[in-house]
Amino acid sequence: MVNLGFSIGDLHFKNPVLTASGTFGNGSEFDDFLDVSRLGGIVLKGTTLEPREGNHYPRMAETPSGMLNSVGLQNKGIDYFEKSIYPRIINYETNVIMNINGSYIEDYIALAERINKLEKIQAIELNISCPNVKMGGMAFGTNLQSAMEVTREVRSVYSGKLIVKLSPNVTNIVDFARVVEDEGADCVSLINTLLGMAIDVGNMKPSLSTVTGGLSGPAIKPVALRMVWQVANAVKIPVIGIGGIMSASDALEFLLAGACAVQIGTASFIDPQASVKILDGIENFLVKNGFSDIKEIVGYINRNN
Amino acid sequence: MSKRIEDLKVIENKHLNNDFFILELSGNNKIPDFRPGQFAQVRVDGSPETFLRRPISIHDIDYERNTFKLLIQIAGKGTKKLSELGIGDILNLIYPLGNSFSLPYEKEKVLIVGGGCGIAPLLFLGRYLNSNGIVPDILLGFRNKERIIEFEEYLKVGNVFVTTEDGSMGEKGYVTSHSVFSAHRYNRICCCGPESMMKSLAAYCKNRKIVCEVSLENLMACGIGACLCCAIETVNGNICTCIDGPVFNVNDLRW
Repeated sequence: MVNLGFSIGDLHFKNPVLTASGTFGNGSEFDDFLDVSRLGGIVLKGTTLEPREGNHYPRMAETPSGMLNSVGLQNKGIDYFEKSIYPRIINYETNVIMNINGSYIEDYIALAERINKLEKIQAIELNISCPNVKMGGMAFGTNLQSAMEVTREVRSVYSGKLIVKLSPNVTNIVDFARVVEDEGADCVSLINTLLGMAIDVGNMKPSLSTVTGGLSGPAIKPVALRMVWQVANAVKIPVIGIGGIMSASDALEFLLAGACAVQIGTASFIDPQASVKILDGIENFLVKNGFSDIKEIVGYINRNN
Repeated sequence: MSKRIEDLKVIENKHLNNDFFILELSGNNKIPDFRPGQFAQVRVDGSPETFLRRPISIHDIDYERNTFKLLIQIAGKGTKKLSELGIGDILNLIYPLGNSFSLPYEKEKVLIVGGGCGIAPLLFLGRYLNSNGIVPDILLGFRNKERIIEFEEYLKVGNVFVTTEDGSMGEKGYVTSHSVFSAHRYNRICCCGPESMMKSLAAYCKNRKIVCEVSLENLMACGIGACLCCAIETVNGNICTCIDGPVFNVNDLRW
């Protein structure tokens, strides 16, 4: 029996495979394909204080080994979440994390205060890295002072575990990881999407209604892996690796680089069972190579090079 | 109806002309009870440029032989790759997805309108109506005679009318100017085709209080309501084409 679990402070996760916000709905969209309770955790679709309609269509463009999206945080707001979504997720036997977004620091604070009261939500992922909203979002995550302030303010009102999701669209992501760690974040998750764009040459128009959007998929994996490795070597809090993970081998790269867990995103669009297949693949690797605890491989390259 | 992910075998790849082909697929499991208008998310393997699945509507079903068909237009790299599949090749599908055309009330006079690749889901719709005792009128629009596909098949499920832009077969012009509209009074129109065609039909139906349902083909990533990429603006806000559609009553759209 291999121990696959990891912890953020005193919050235990049974295994290191989580699903990334915005790619797994609220879990139930995948009920026909897998048992959500098998996962280490799910990060719900980003929620805001007020309902948001998101950006205009087209919001997606396929690019080599990846895709651009500019959904723009379409969601029905926290009131709807509490009333209609929360009752449907409380029976999942896994950790459920809410991803929260705002245009102002006050929005994040108000959301965190509401979520404090939701027993099933053990952690917040603070999204300061969404590239697809005009106000807030990535603006918080690409300015050190703003990242510091929003983390500090949310920390002061939120008693659960606080994960800060970092933007790769900065000069040095390590600075941001250190700042949010200093302000009391319990964990960092990275990376959010990379800002990109595509043009439809036939129509001579941008492929997305917003012109720019967030790039995800295997195209960004080497960049994500490099950033996760840098951050894991710079902070003491746990690091969750995200970015183009399509297979168990991809996930293992992130673990070997120092991530204690991973989030599966775009892969779930291509194979809705990707997350559980990756979980099985990680376990097989550990068994085959004689490891009894996943901790033995987390950050392995940093100890053995 | 539950969705499934499954490997299916190509048992026929019939090229209709340079642009269109039909894949007939069969699997080890009993095929599901499809409803007309539903689609599959088809995996295109191999190239980094065909990364996402392609949403393709169900064209026809043969429950006796346990097979179904996808009618596909070569529109880009993904569909080009699919056109090169051979007998015995394996294709991975997530299906059946989406809602469906609603079943007409008894004695309703139904017109099915299709244009170009939009005719794909309408053959199964015709068969479905037949099995519920309805013989629809079917109006198909093409650019010219050479581009007419599957004509014989549609003849089996309804009274077929044709328009071509150059008049090389049927009436000349667009579907919306065809004489069926003045010769008959329809209670319900089901349509799939170019957006301009669906929009002008929608306007026609709204003015006359005719029920009109259209099938949309927005770009999709997941096909199961998770990514919200395929959102369509409706009177009820932005909703997903993949799970709340692809079939919409035109009164719900902001057209």
